[in-house]
Amino acid sequence: MPTEFYRSHILLCNDAECLAKGAQEIEDALVAALDANGLRDEVNVLETSRLGHCATGPEMVVYPEGITYIHLTPDAVTEIVNEHLLKGRIVKKYQFTGEARKDEELRAPAAKEMRIIMARCGVIDPDNIEEYIAEDGYAALAKCLTELTPRQVIDTVLKSGLRGRGGAGFPAGKKWEFAADQKTDTKFVICNADEGDPGAFMNRRVLEGDPHAVLEGMLIAGYAIGAHQGYIYCRAEYPIAVRTIRIAIRQAREFGFLGKNILDRGFDFDVELRIGAGAFVCGEETALMASIEGKRGEPRPRPPFPAVAGLWGKPTIINNVETLANIRNIINRGPEWFASIGNEKNKGTKTFTLAGDVVRTGLIEVPLGITLGEVVFDVAGGIKHGKKFKAIQTGGPMGGCIPEQFLETPIDYENLAALGSIMGSGGLVVMDEDTCMVDIARFFMDFTQDESCGKCVPCRIGTRRILEILERICAGEGEESDIERLEQLSKSIVAGSLCGLGQGAPNPVITTLKYFRAEYEAHIKDKKCPAKVCKKLITYRILDTCPGCMVCARNCPSKAITGERQKVHWINPDLCESCGICMSVCKFDAIVVE
Amino acid sequence: MPVKSLADLQKIKAEALAKRQIRTATAHAQITVAMGTCGIAAGAREAMKAILDAIEKDAIPGILVTQTGCIGLCEFEPIVDVQIGGEKITYGKVTPERARAIVAEHVVGGKPIQEWQIVR
Repeated sequence: MPTEFYRSHILLCNDAECLAKGAQEIEDALVAALDANGLRDEVNVLETSRLGHCATGPEMVVYPEGITYIHLTPDAVTEIVNEHLLKGRIVKKYQFTGEARKDEELRAPAAKEMRIIMARCGVIDPDNIEEYIAEDGYAALAKCLTELTPRQVIDTVLKSGLRGRGGAGFPAGKKWEFAADQKTDTKFVICNADEGDPGAFMNRRVLEGDPHAVLEGMLIAGYAIGAHQGYIYCRAEYPIAVRTIRIAIRQAREFGFLGKNILDRGFDFDVELRIGAGAFVCGEETALMASIEGKRGEPRPRPPFPAVAGLWGKPTIINNVETLANIRNIINRGPEWFASIGNEKNKGTKTFTLAGDVVRTGLIEVPLGITLGEVVFDVAGGIKHGKKFKAIQTGGPMGGCIPEQFLETPIDYENLAALGSIMGSGGLVVMDEDTCMVDIARFFMDFTQDESCGKCVPCRIGTRRILEILERICAGEGEESDIERLEQLSKSIVAGSLCGLGQGAPNPVITTLKYFRAEYEAHIKDKKCPAKVCKKLITYRILDTCPGCMVCARNCPSKAITGERQKVHWINPDLCESCGICMSVCKFDAIVVE
Repeated sequence: MPVKSLADLQKIKAEALAKRQIRTATAHAQITVAMGTCGIAAGAREAMKAILDAIEKDAIPGILVTQTGCIGLCEFEPIVDVQIGGEKITYGKVTPERARAIVAEHVVGGKPIQEWQIVR
C-alpha cells in the first residue's frame, strides 16, 4: 500500500486561543479554497496545538517552505491558497518574519530551557496516532511488554528518580511498587488531569499536543502494577483537551494499543475518560477518586493510601499528566539518562507556567535544580518595564511568596519546602515592586476559601476568617493584634486540615508575614499601602503643574474632579473611588498617588 | 488494523516517517513546477498531478515538490525543473505523460531526458 504523498503540509494552530480568534473559520475557508482549486489531495491540512505565535493568531505554517503566516482571516487564507499553494508565491503581507517571539504560551526554547515533555507539542498532529508512532510512539510500551517484567519496569522507574509532578514529589516508582505488591486482580491507574491552579496550563498543553504520551505512560503503569483499567480525570474547563483525549483513546483502540491482548502479549488494558465538574478540590487524589465513583468530591483521611485501597477500595495509582508523560522517555532512553538531568534528589525536567510581571510569560520546561533567579531573569527575560523584582510565588494558590534574597535557591521539592513554599504542579507568578503583598495574600485566600470543600472545619471556617482579616487590613481597618491572629489561625488550619488544600491554604499568608511583615505593619499602624495598591489606603492628588486640560475631569467615573479650563483641578476625596483612571489619562504627569 | 507485533509497530513508524518527511528531512531531489498563469493555462496543474501521482504510486522517498511562478519562457510551458544535488535540468512542454517519464527516468533512474530539455 503506497503511503499518501502530499507535496505540502499545512499546520494550523488549533489551540484554545487561536480557536477563540476564529481558527475554525480559518480552517473552513482553507479547506474550501483548496477544494475550489482542486488541491485537496496534494495539500495536507493538519490541526496542531500551539505553534508559538498565538498572540498574533490565528496562525499556520506551510511546509516544505516552512513559512509561518499570522493574523489570518478567511480572505487571507483564500489568498494564500491562490498565491502560495497554487502558484508558489509567498504572500509576504501575512508572513511572520520576525525573530523575537513575545508574550506567548509556548516560545522558542530560551537558553537554559530543555524540552523533553513538550518536545512533540506543536510538532506532531495530536489527532493522528501515526504522527506519534513516527516519534517512537508506543515503542516504550512494546519494549516493556516484550523485554521487561513488571518488576523490571518498576525498578527502571525507581532508578530514574522520577518524582510525582502533581506537587508532592513522591517517588513515582515507590508508588507503583506499593500498588504492585497488593495481591488482588483488580487495580486501577488514574491520570490526574484536573489542573485547577489559576493560571496553570502545563498539563493542558501536553494533553492537547501529545495525548498518546500520556496514554502510553498509563499503559506502562498498568503493566507494571497489574492493572487492566485506567481513568483519565480531566477538568471540564478543558474542552479541547477532552476532545484530543477522546480521539487519542479511539485511535489507540483501533491500533490495538488499548483493549485485549495488546501487542499479542496477553496484556489487557483500557482507558476511560472522566470529566470533572469544576471543583478545585477534586485535584486532590482522594477527592478525585470519590468523584470518579460518583460521590461528592471530598477528600478522606489517609492512610489507607490509594496504592493500598483506592478507587472502589482497590489498589490504585494516581499520577499527574506530566509524571506519566515522562515514562516513555525513561524506558526508551534509560533511567541513567533521566537521572543525569537535574540535581541530587530531583531528576528530570519540569514544566512551569510563568505569569506576572516578567518580559516573557508562558510555558517553560527547565531541568529541576535551576535557580529561581535563572528562571526569572534568563528564561523569562527579567521584570517588565525595567521595574524591580519583589517576589515569586511558586506552586499555585497554596504556594508561598519568596523574596529577592532567595533568588539563588534551586527549584526543587526540598528547597522550596524549606522556604515555606511548594513545588505544586508548576505555577510561577512573578511580582514586581508595584505589588502589595497583603493584597496578594488576600487574593489567594479569596480563591482557597472559595474552593474549600467544607468537609473540615479549620479549612472551611479558618480560611474565611483569614480572608476577613486580610480584607480589613487592606481597607485600613487592621488592628495591632491582627498579625498575631493571622499566625495563630494559619497554624491551626495547617494542623487541622485533612488534605493538601487546607494544609497549604495559609502558605501565602505565612510566607508574606515572614518575608514582608513590614508591609503588614504599614497597613495596620500607618494606614498606608507602600506599594500603593490598596484603594482605601491611597489618595490621588493633582499637582500645581496641572494645566487644566479637563481630560481627567471628563474621564472620572465618580465625577470627583472639578476645575475650570486652564486652572489647576481638584479631586474631592469624599467622592474619589481611587480607581486611578485620572492618573492614567493625564498627559502632563500632574496627578500623583500617595 | 491492530498492531500485533514489534515488526508491525516498526512498519507503521517507517510509513509515518515517510509521510512526514516533507516537514523534517532534507530532500534529495527537488521538482519545481512553474505555476504562473501561463503555466496553469498550458496544463501545469495536470503535470503537477501526474508528478504527485507517480511519486505516491511508487512511494518514492525524499522528493520535494514545489511550485514557482512564470520564468519568462511562456512558450515552453508547462515548465518543470528537476534539481538533484547541484545539477538543475529544465524541461519544457511537460505533458502528464512526459511528467511521469521524467519522474521514472530522471528522478528515480538518474538519467536526464535530453530531448525535452530547454537549454538556457
